[in-house]
Amino acid sequence: MRDFATSDFFYLMFAARWTVALTIVSILGGGLIGGVIMLLRVLPVAPARIVAIIYINVIQGTPLLGQLFIVFFGLAVFGYEVSPWSAAVVAFSLYAGAFLGEIWRGSVHAVPKTQWEASASIGLSTLEQLRYVIIPQAVRISVPPTIGFWVHLVKNTSLASIIGFIELTRAGQIINAATFRPMTVYLVVAAAYFVICFVLTRLSAQLEGNLRVAR
Amino acid sequence: MSLVEIEKVHKSYDKLEVLRGVSLNVDRGEIIAVIGRSGSGKSTLLRCITGLEPVQSGTIRFDDVQVNAPETDLRKLRQKVGIVFQSFNLFPHLTAERNITLGLTVVKKMALAEAKEIARKVMVQVGLEEKLGAYPDMLSGGQQQRVAIARSLAMSPKLMLFDEITSALDPELIGEVLRVLAKLAEDGMTMILVTHEMGFARNVANRLVFMHEGEIWEQGPARAVLDEPKTPELKSFLGSVLV
Ligand SMILES: Nc1ncnc2c1ncn2[C@@H]1O[C@H](COP(=O)(O)OP(=O)(O)OP(=O)(O)O)[C@@H](O)[C@H]1O
Ligand SMILES: [Mg+2]
Repeated sequence: MRDFATSDFFYLMFAARWTVALTIVSILGGGLIGGVIMLLRVLPVAPARIVAIIYINVIQGTPLLGQLFIVFFGLAVFGYEVSPWSAAVVAFSLYAGAFLGEIWRGSVHAVPKTQWEASASIGLSTLEQLRYVIIPQAVRISVPPTIGFWVHLVKNTSLASIIGFIELTRAGQIINAATFRPMTVYLVVAAAYFVICFVLTRLSAQLEGNLRVAR
Repeated sequence: MSLVEIEKVHKSYDKLEVLRGVSLNVDRGEIIAVIGRSGSGKSTLLRCITGLEPVQSGTIRFDDVQVNAPETDLRKLRQKVGIVFQSFNLFPHLTAERNITLGLTVVKKMALAEAKEIARKVMVQVGLEEKLGAYPDMLSGGQQQRVAIARSLAMSPKLMLFDEITSALDPELIGEVLRVLAKLAEDGMTMILVTHEMGFARNVANRLVFMHEGEIWEQGPARAVLDEPKTPELKSFLGSVLV
């Protein structure tokens, strides 16, 4: 047993960078998947819509932990050895994609129907309507729930510790095992999560403000 | 051959039959005012002409193209048929100018500079040249409606449909919009306008169409129809709006 030293603090901060990295990559990967899912959901093509609905239901109807296990161990069964990092990125992107897709579909549907009619009546095609008229308005509607989901995602990255990915929570467990100072360790860990989420919300508030000014 | 030929059109929403065998021909340069009670199917008729709503039977032809045929390119059709709605429906995230140029650059593939030139021209036409850079929420209702008209005009349509475009406006703003319509009429635009402005219909329309329960109940020269209604339904309708 040793004391909680400055080096432990830096170790935690170093691990926090992995939490941040996993969050950012999942936001990007999930954003990409979410964008596709949203499109499949709002385009008037029944088979596409059904595929998207199945995807969303599977992801939203199963625990994230299970998805992590399936990606990590499941791929290994088929001979694809993946690192905890890769497995976590894949699982979190798939997870975020389903939720963001739903959030964005909701935002698209929140744009008044009259905007679809007005844009159709000057001759825009469905994709052009989305691109020039509907999505720019939906983006504004989607900002608060999207940020809310990002914050939720930051905290959920702690689950990646279970497949051996050393992020903030896992690092906390390691330091705690060495120092046995749970209060100190987990307060630092909690504070780090708080700071990440706080920065994220601030950035987003700014983004929202900019969007309002820029239209 | 008329510009618009509507023949025995039936249109239902689920079980509710909204248009019950409507037939109407509109010649080039003709101005038709459509009146009738709320729910009589006036908006639905306009929406069917521009293909926003499918119909169950009958045919709608515009400029010799059948609107309600699956192979019809509605995109092409809508460049020739403008529609203006009661609630303006401008794109709130775009300036007046971009509201107008969007269809030109995206649908007509026009260069931006050329599109802006047209935007300026149609904004002059509706008397709002100085508002090109304004966003919709910076404009009064009357101004928004005039921008909406300009947006349609920019596509150089052959037919303009107006659906109660002054009904959402404060009384003092109605005049400015009607003046734009009157000018369009003078310029020879073919128009079908649903309206509650009986005075305007009488003065500007060539023909007045009274719709009742999904049918064209009575029609004829505007003055004659208004002054000597033949059916009790039109009499009672006129009685209720003219008081
Ligand atoms: N999308 C829709 N779904 C179901 N019913 C509809 C729909 N749109 C219109 N209706 C119904 O069709 C009927 C005719 O509507 P329409 O809007 O054409 O009437 P209108 O003559 O324009 O009336 P108003 O003067 O109130 O505008 C009404 O009974 C209305 O409730
Ligand atoms: Mg109506």
